[in-house]
Amino acid sequence: MTGCPFGGGTHDAGASGSAAQAPSAAPATAPAAAPPGQDAPASRLSRRGLLSLAGVGGASALAGLAAGLLSHDALTAVAAPAPAGTGDVVPFHGGTQAGITTAAQDRLHMAAFDVITEDRAALVQLLKDWTAAAEAMTQGRETGTTGAVNGPYDAPPEDTGEALGLSAGKLTVTFGFGAGLFEKDGMARFGLDGRRPEALIDLPHFPGDDLQPNRSGGDIIVQACADDPQVAVHAIRNLARIGFGSVRVRWSQLGFGRTSSTSREQQTPRNLFGFKDGTNNLKAEDTSLLQDHVWAGAGSRPEEAWMQGGSYLVARRIRMHIEIWDRTSLREQEQLIGRTKSEGAPLSGGKEFSAPDFAIQGRDGEPLMGMDSHVRLAHPDQNDGVRMLRRGYNYTDGSDGLGHLDAGLFFIAFVKDPRTHYVPMQLAMARQDTLALEYLKHTGSALAAVPPGIRPGGFVGEGLFT
Amino acid sequence: MPNLPLPNFPKRTSSYVALLAAAVLPLTLAACTDNNAAAAAGPIKVSSTADACTLSTQTTKSGNITFAIQNDGTQVTEFYLLAEDGLRIVAEVENIGPGLTRNLVVTAPAGTYTTACKPGMQGDGIRAGFEVTESGDKPAVDTNLKALTDQGTAQYASYVKDQTEQLVTGTKEFATAYAAGDAAKARDLYAATRMHWERIEPVAESFGDLDPKLDAREADLAPGEEWTGWHRAEKDLFPPAGFPALTAPEREALAAQLVADTEDLATRTRTVELTADKLGNGAKELLDEVATGKVTGEEEIWSHTDLWDFQANVDGARIAFENLRPVLDQKNPELAKSLDTKFAALQAELKLHARGEGFAYYNELSQDQVQQLAALVDALGEPLSHLTAAVVL
Repeated sequence: MTGCPFGGGTHDAGASGSAAQAPSAAPATAPAAAPPGQDAPASRLSRRGLLSLAGVGGASALAGLAAGLLSHDALTAVAAPAPAGTGDVVPFHGGTQAGITTAAQDRLHMAAFDVITEDRAALVQLLKDWTAAAEAMTQGRETGTTGAVNGPYDAPPEDTGEALGLSAGKLTVTFGFGAGLFEKDGMARFGLDGRRPEALIDLPHFPGDDLQPNRSGGDIIVQACADDPQVAVHAIRNLARIGFGSVRVRWSQLGFGRTSSTSREQQTPRNLFGFKDGTNNLKAEDTSLLQDHVWAGAGSRPEEAWMQGGSYLVARRIRMHIEIWDRTSLREQEQLIGRTKSEGAPLSGGKEFSAPDFAIQGRDGEPLMGMDSHVRLAHPDQNDGVRMLRRGYNYTDGSDGLGHLDAGLFFIAFVKDPRTHYVPMQLAMARQDTLALEYLKHTGSALAAVPPGIRPGGFVGEGLFT
Repeated sequence: MPNLPLPNFPKRTSSYVALLAAAVLPLTLAACTDNNAAAAAGPIKVSSTADACTLSTQTTKSGNITFAIQNDGTQVTEFYLLAEDGLRIVAEVENIGPGLTRNLVVTAPAGTYTTACKPGMQGDGIRAGFEVTESGDKPAVDTNLKALTDQGTAQYASYVKDQTEQLVTGTKEFATAYAAGDAAKARDLYAATRMHWERIEPVAESFGDLDPKLDAREADLAPGEEWTGWHRAEKDLFPPAGFPALTAPEREALAAQLVADTEDLATRTRTVELTADKLGNGAKELLDEVATGKVTGEEEIWSHTDLWDFQANVDGARIAFENLRPVLDQKNPELAKSLDTKFAALQAELKLHARGEGFAYYNELSQDQVQQLAALVDALGEPLSHLTAAVVL
């Protein structure tokens, strides 16, 4: 069942769907040792073949694996007969980029890059190179023409190699352009004068913000999501490597557990407060809502028509004061959220997916869904009906030096226009949401214009450079 | 462990759960044979509908009793455990939305009780008798607990009154010096006066409009919002390089507003209804404030007088604890003892940083010293978070 939504080119189905159906992956018939679209030598180690080995053989096969660990020939020999997993590849091409309405994978590695060249041709070449590498990696292949182990013996391998033997892991790589790509110090860059979309604003200061420069901004944002953290990290690492000389990593963030569902096939996961998060999230199946709330239009000026089919990515690193949250009574926790902790039902009654009743009153005429409850403040009914597609991840980044985990939510949302679909809600929440006031602190922030999907033979952001 | 290289996380989880289940099951069975009575005690299920209040049992043994009340009706419901007279409320749970289940944990001595569901929150509710028999494993609780609780909250109300009076007096003195341009005197008074605010911070913060007017930090403001209160004066009195000083009229206006808002606060605190859970939660929140704002040096980023606030927050938490102490001594003496120890340890560490009437500035502390304070705050904060449940249960 889990394979169904991913194998058939249904990602980003809400967009101008025809291109999204391009059967570029054609995975079903490919033999294990030579993943689709790859001219692999027969002896090449197959990422997917090894997966099948682990999946089919279980513990005893793994014991054998351990005995002959990374013995190249033995692995290939064992792996070859196993059928390829077909549910672990997300199509790369489409009318919209993958990694937005794609059913949220379990792991995240996001990175922001500053472009250090001012050479337009170099930037375009980088985007082409990144596109090629991203396509290869999302299809479970190695980067470059010789990959990790088949290049010249005296040269460093093209692919860094840590994903060898791993499945494609439903990897998606999603690119977005920050304001810094369009202008720096008030001057247009790369001949992009006038091309910056009006919706790509500079986010205002929100009450309580404690943004750290080394966790904020960036000229190009890359979101890599996969079901395997090593696959996601491999993607960012290889893109960073390809980019040396043109870009440098400004910040990077790992997320270890998804906090949103983007498909009705998925269970609602929990955030680090222990509550189900994103119950009311937009889902891939909500095609017309996606048009209204997620996919950007062509804009008001011809210079920004390149964003047609794109979206805007809001990323916020939200530290949670989990230690003091854990000392809070269940009563207060539920009242601050507005849902039960066990099932995620709204406190007004019903089950998880019951619509909250904001009018229903309890003792003393107080609403069961408190006026400052998170669900009330974030609900479309309180926000002019706007929705967002949330795609956040739980994170922990070591400790804060005071004996607490530096942990929280790496909030990611895709919206049609941040001016209407993010800023008003965040302003309201930063001022009224007791949860935010007492238990959250925003420490990083980025906003990016996510160009539309990539056509076969094209490159990401092509419309902006032609 | 054998599952480790599997990329399929759901599979791994289920295997792990299965392993756990396999490991736990024999233990559970063993426990059942050893102590059948204890294992049998689970929540008493209550189903509340429009016309029925059905309990899974009408009798249980004394001690901690858990009711799991499921609202099977369509209206908001409540559940009460009443004394034999049907009047005195022993415990209650309110605001249960349709379809939801909520637990009520109560410590009840042996006796005859009345249960009541109140669908629609109207009338006397649907009542039935309920028997609690003697289990022998719990000492009888003092029947004067309510009197002790009332006494504790009354003492705390006096404390709040005293602190707000001192706050008003101190604020006026500070405001006069500040408005007159006597920056040296204002700086001297700044931290010491704020201590009265910090001691009762949860009460003060319960007025959602006054708190930001009096205590907002610059980063707490939305674009275009006016900045008033203590921290604006702080930045003016302890200015960072290049910060333009406030003009005399600006200072006068800020000072006047500070006094007016503080007097408003003092008036409003007179009518705040204090209950044991508010004291307990307030104590917990004061430690939260220390953990997130003071021990990190974020509260007083210009004056670096965070340790004054720190001490005041701890004072306020300790007073709330001491006011509840007589109740806690009866209900959970171990917790009382643990809190004594941890308050003392934190206070001893703070004392190391005392300088005359005040404290060292936050930016004079070493990282090791800050870490030591943070560890002691957490050591106290954890048991303190159990205070409310211990006294209201």
